[in-house]
Amino acid sequence: MSLDTIILPRRAFLSGVGATALAAGLPRVVLADAPTDKRFVLIILRGAMDGLNVVPPYGDPNYAALRAQIAIARPGETDGANDLNGFFGLHPALAEIAPWYKEGALLPVHAVASPYRDRSHFDGQDVLENGMLSPRDTQSGWLNRALTALGGANGGGGDRRIGLAVGQTIPLALRGPTQVASWAPTRMPEANDSFLTLVQAVYQNDKLLSAALADGIRATAAADQAIGAASAPIANAGMADADDGKPNQYKAQKALAEAAGKMLADPNGPRIAAFDTQGWDTHAAQGGAKGRLANALGGLQASLVSLRAALGPAWKDTVVLMATEFGRTAHVNGTNGTDHGTATAALLAGGAVAGGKVLGEWPGLSETQLYQSRDLMPTTDLRAVIKTVLYEHLGVSRDRLDGFVFPNSSDARVLKGITRSA
Amino acid sequence: MVDLKTASIAANRFGFGARPGELDTIAQDPRGWLRQQLVAEAPQAAGTPSSAQLSQFLQVRRERKTDPDAAKTLRKELQQDFRAAAAKRTLDAAGSATPFRERLVQFWSNHFTVSIQRPVVAPVAVGFENEAIRPNVLGNFRTLLGAAVAHPAMLLYLDNAYSIGPNSQAARKIKRGINENLAREMLELHTVGVDGGYSQTDVTEFAKILTGWSIANDHEPNSGHFRYRPFVHEPGGKTVMGKTYPEAGQDEATSVMNDLVGRPATARHVATKLARHFVADDPPKEAVDALARTFIETDGDLHAVSLTLIGLPQIWSAPLTKVKTPNDLVTSACRTFGIADAEAGEMLLIGLKQMDQVPFAAPSPAGWPDTAEGWVSPEAMMTRVEWAMAAGQMLDGHADARDIAKGTIQPVASDSTLFHIDHAPSAAEALALLIASPEFQRR
Repeated sequence: MSLDTIILPRRAFLSGVGATALAAGLPRVVLADAPTDKRFVLIILRGAMDGLNVVPPYGDPNYAALRAQIAIARPGETDGANDLNGFFGLHPALAEIAPWYKEGALLPVHAVASPYRDRSHFDGQDVLENGMLSPRDTQSGWLNRALTALGGANGGGGDRRIGLAVGQTIPLALRGPTQVASWAPTRMPEANDSFLTLVQAVYQNDKLLSAALADGIRATAAADQAIGAASAPIANAGMADADDGKPNQYKAQKALAEAAGKMLADPNGPRIAAFDTQGWDTHAAQGGAKGRLANALGGLQASLVSLRAALGPAWKDTVVLMATEFGRTAHVNGTNGTDHGTATAALLAGGAVAGGKVLGEWPGLSETQLYQSRDLMPTTDLRAVIKTVLYEHLGVSRDRLDGFVFPNSSDARVLKGITRSA
Repeated sequence: MVDLKTASIAANRFGFGARPGELDTIAQDPRGWLRQQLVAEAPQAAGTPSSAQLSQFLQVRRERKTDPDAAKTLRKELQQDFRAAAAKRTLDAAGSATPFRERLVQFWSNHFTVSIQRPVVAPVAVGFENEAIRPNVLGNFRTLLGAAVAHPAMLLYLDNAYSIGPNSQAARKIKRGINENLAREMLELHTVGVDGGYSQTDVTEFAKILTGWSIANDHEPNSGHFRYRPFVHEPGGKTVMGKTYPEAGQDEATSVMNDLVGRPATARHVATKLARHFVADDPPKEAVDALARTFIETDGDLHAVSLTLIGLPQIWSAPLTKVKTPNDLVTSACRTFGIADAEAGEMLLIGLKQMDQVPFAAPSPAGWPDTAEGWVSPEAMMTRVEWAMAAGQMLDGHADARDIAKGTIQPVASDSTLFHIDHAPSAAEALALLIASPEFQRR
């Protein structure tokens, strides 16, 4: 068959996207509503972020030797860390948000780990998101259960009922019985209402497809309302010329973070968002001040800066949690990178964070202090950090946290000093 | 009686749907139609050998500092080559005379994922599938595993190419060491699975065994091919999962793979994935058992396993359990509408990007999701419908929705779907509705 008319306009991204940009993909964001004015954003750093180089303990006597050529230099040296407290620094690629620490809007927690102790990405992410002790234990995620505990969404009706997912898929953390929808920048002409009605009729006996479509239609309407004109530039973000690879990726991340921020800032909009970010699995060419980790951090920083700007006044009510499935080996590996490890750092940012300090007990990096003589030893349970935010910031009760949101987590006690609501 | 329903199941569940008119042919002997695909002369996929592409890439990477302009031009060319090869791959699958075999190629290609998330993979991704996967999908699983792991695409994607044994001769001069990425994913993803009974020590030991499995650089003989480097191989015996392997250089890894394939956990892992792919997201135990049994009894003969797949009663009794991945949705649309060249198929192929499944760009070594949960979200559903609408507009005037429905989804379609296609307000919307219908979105 020959096709002489191609109705869709040829788009820039068709001819311009190279392998790198294709691979970079778009970051994913998911939003959901909750009956609170506080905002909470979860950024999942998929691939195991190296806490030892993102928040380098340059004051530890073993750090420089363990990391050798990929060690982050001390503050003040060439390509050195941004100093935090005389012992810990912040990776040089995060220079733009380093001042947030002094301002009290950035809070690293070090040597954290979920209960998962093996080293599979996929199982590790499952435990990070399902809130249980082991992978594949449940089909729902802790953030979805937190929404349920807050009495949000499910059958609640009213303005805030609609949750939004920005991105093609909903991460496990947000999956579950409480309704969340998803949103991503439109890259095709929107289907008209009459056609959508027809499709709905054809889907009436297909529960899975009809439910997804109904939520999608609702979400599109809500997003259009909240973002308005912003959606046009987003539609093209990351699609244009891809030769410069990395900056392009940041552009897409910025645009999505901006959209998420605008939706969260809307008084009638959602309250909770979740992004996925990738590129943290730095087995090779991780680098020090420059390299794969620095590139991933550049994207993360771009997202944070855009998110803050778009949130506007709502920033002061916001907590952003950045968490990963596990950390990476304390020693540099054979290919200028690091392999799968155990404890790592979690980062909290936002106007509602009690920042300006580094939380967590430092386990040290000597051979005997390492977990299995290999990885940073976990001293803080990541669930305790999350529970504290859910308790202090969003107002989920301790009973629900221990009994429902994070079952079997009573030993991971709510901490102090993480948010300003405490 | 001609059984069009069974024919439709054969075409959809094992292939990419029927071409116009094909259903009647398949209906004469649906299972025979599938079986003969497994013995048919397989067309060899043409294309530049991955070694040549890789060699060029490595040269460019090495010379990028001295000649940045040439590097940039060549990089662009390699990117274009990748896009063209990926588009051709989709269209070839759509037009294949042996679509079941093509599905097996894509299934195993996903099982042994290499992804252009690592830019170095782009020049070799399509070649990987054609060279390591395609010739081996009906052979023994050992051969397939060995070919996949020894291919430069895999050695680069999972970092083994530059892994160095800490006590090797090379380690005295080069300040590098072991990288355990490939060893771990081979255990977790390719063979015994995450619950297959291995420890961190097993991963590390296996990584030592794999040291030396590398690639020939652009200035070396056989550039862009597999190259075993004895100087970087970790010397001495190593123990993996309770068995000690004496020092045997390159052959050590082959011995470990041989043993891994013989483990029941591998049979189970592979059987579960096959059943999930071809039968249902939550695969029936009987189907998994049957596939695992064949795998064990035939010591990993994938031809026999594929025949067991054809014989599974669960495949034939419950149509439409699986939602097509975007890849299979787009491929089946190209087949249904006879789209054969990239220019004409452009609009349909855009769907791969829009629905987030650019070929060879899987987000991780675990490959693309193979369940509805991974692909059906509100946003993804909207994109599917929008894509269907755009496709309907493009195809308007080139195909008649009612004819196409008759030759494809009709035997399994609901009255409601057929009614709405029949009564759609325009020809374009009728085509779009056909593509958006549950019977086309599912298999």
